[in-house]
Amino acid sequence: MTTLDTDLRPPQPPRLVVFWHRYRRNRAALLGLFLFAIVVLMALTAGLIEPGDPLRRAGPPLTPPFVDMATPLGTDQLGRDILAGIFYGARISLLIGVAATLISIAIGVVIGALSGYFGGWVDDLLMRITEAFQTIPNFVLLLTLVAILGSKIEWITLAIGLVSWTAPARMVRAEFMSLRGREFVDAARNLGVTNTSIIFKEILPNALPPIIVYASVIMALAILLESALAFLGLGDPNYASWGNMIGQGRAVLRTAWYCAAIPGIAIVLTVLSFSLLGEGLNDALNPRQKK
Amino acid sequence: MIYALRRLIQAVPVIVLIMIGTFLLLKLAPGDTVDALVGDMGGADAEFIARLRAEYGLDQPVWVQLWRYMLKLATFDFGWSFVYEQPVATILLDRLGTTLLLMATSLSFAFTIGIALGAIAARRVNSATDNLISTLGLVFYATPSFFLSLMMMLLFSVKLGWLPVGGIKTIAGFYTGWDHVLDVARHLVMPTAALSLIYLSFYLRLMRASVIEVADLDYVRTARAKGAGEWRLMIHHIMRNALLPVITLLGLQFSTVLGGSVVVETIFTLPGLGQLAYQSVVQRDMNTLMGIIFLCSIIVVVVNFLTDLLYARLDSRIELA
Repeated sequence: MTTLDTDLRPPQPPRLVVFWHRYRRNRAALLGLFLFAIVVLMALTAGLIEPGDPLRRAGPPLTPPFVDMATPLGTDQLGRDILAGIFYGARISLLIGVAATLISIAIGVVIGALSGYFGGWVDDLLMRITEAFQTIPNFVLLLTLVAILGSKIEWITLAIGLVSWTAPARMVRAEFMSLRGREFVDAARNLGVTNTSIIFKEILPNALPPIIVYASVIMALAILLESALAFLGLGDPNYASWGNMIGQGRAVLRTAWYCAAIPGIAIVLTVLSFSLLGEGLNDALNPRQKK
Repeated sequence: MIYALRRLIQAVPVIVLIMIGTFLLLKLAPGDTVDALVGDMGGADAEFIARLRAEYGLDQPVWVQLWRYMLKLATFDFGWSFVYEQPVATILLDRLGTTLLLMATSLSFAFTIGIALGAIAARRVNSATDNLISTLGLVFYATPSFFLSLMMMLLFSVKLGWLPVGGIKTIAGFYTGWDHVLDVARHLVMPTAALSLIYLSFYLRLMRASVIEVADLDYVRTARAKGAGEWRLMIHHIMRNALLPVITLLGLQFSTVLGGSVVVETIFTLPGLGQLAYQSVVQRDMNTLMGIIFLCSIIVVVVNFLTDLLYARLDSRIELA
């Protein structure tokens, strides 16, 4: 008898490979991944490609794109290099996007988990708070928080996280409510596992896939919120931001429309990449879901 | 009726929480009413400031202040605006109409076009039409309203000269009757488009998914077997059920749309609540800002209540009694 005849199953391909095979079936998702990679690359190489402060004067003001090779995408009314602004803006957008998403998911997971796991008055109280946050228009609340806390980049990130946790909280709550009655949770409880461990070690890992998919939506929203703040001139003035560039470009819209259009296209492509990425993740993580 | 009453009572704790929230925000903000007042007067001595504090009840324990604040809010008394030198309630009432008008035009545009495009896309899944509509939806979703506004201004106002850049009406126009309506409508075209496209994309995507799902159900097959035409099938059989999730979303998102009006009203200088919110932040007019938050929340609660009733009417499985 050779080893070939044993009933050992052939080795399963690693999970990551399976995931990748499912992900790449969606061609739009591949485009999203490609765009995302470009944005990340721009953020990482901003200091290499465009050394020096992106807010410094780099050439004569209002040079149109493709005229001067030193400033390939032209300059704004203060002579700042638009290409440098795009690269450094990618850094700020991603930084704020990732940090604000982590804050929002963290708050959402804690509130949703407590609410869905314990039910009863805890659920009632936390859900009323969630509804209150959903009722207040989030951009108005964001403006108020920024007015109170100030325009520093850390505070803006925190404020964006604070206004966008309600949707993940509801999602986590729904997942917990459906999972808390399952056998594996009962088993863990009978073994004397503490509530904290059940919530974070038993249920949460099972509730993660939809949260990960939704994180891409929050990421896109966070970037849109930050750029809207910066557009209104309420962002951190010490950093180049796409929203801020568009806001400044508004003043010269008549004569030099590219000042506003180029960073605008950057925002559109970045947000688009996150939506496509989210769809791809959804297909790959929830393969049984009906299309 | 009882259903409606129950929904209203459920909103009460939420409103109370929002009252507490605005109070906390006011306390968190640097400076209080007296600081603003004294700053307005150009300074005063310490004893006078202490007397003012006592007069405004700011020397009371926090929970007494909170209780008084809530009583005042419940009667729509939002205090005094030191920037506009008017009661906040007067300023808000002045601005409310413009914002409600913008909400109404944007949401009806987003809703009707969104469900129409969504239904068309769903009837021809994966056709060229579907791909085109779905791609448009993705692009609308990714375009920030302020960027869209600027590009529309560039095209329609600067280059073509078709539409006015801003304002709600022509200042020296003094139009009356239908001319006035037409003038306001012309001013609202671009703000409505800028505010509604992102929500249009939401409704489109949800409606598409919803129609695809409902069209697979048994009762639709039965209706088709009985010889219902495609058009009748869509309008009478599929639409009514497919609309339910879209209406839920409409209610849920109303507060987001209201928030989006801040940017759009500021760009197009529309004298509404959104523009006021932005100006209040810049001028640190906290009383006005809190008034806006509270008023907007009330509007959201009312709209949610109305969508609930509409939902219950459309879905006869929900008991109204």
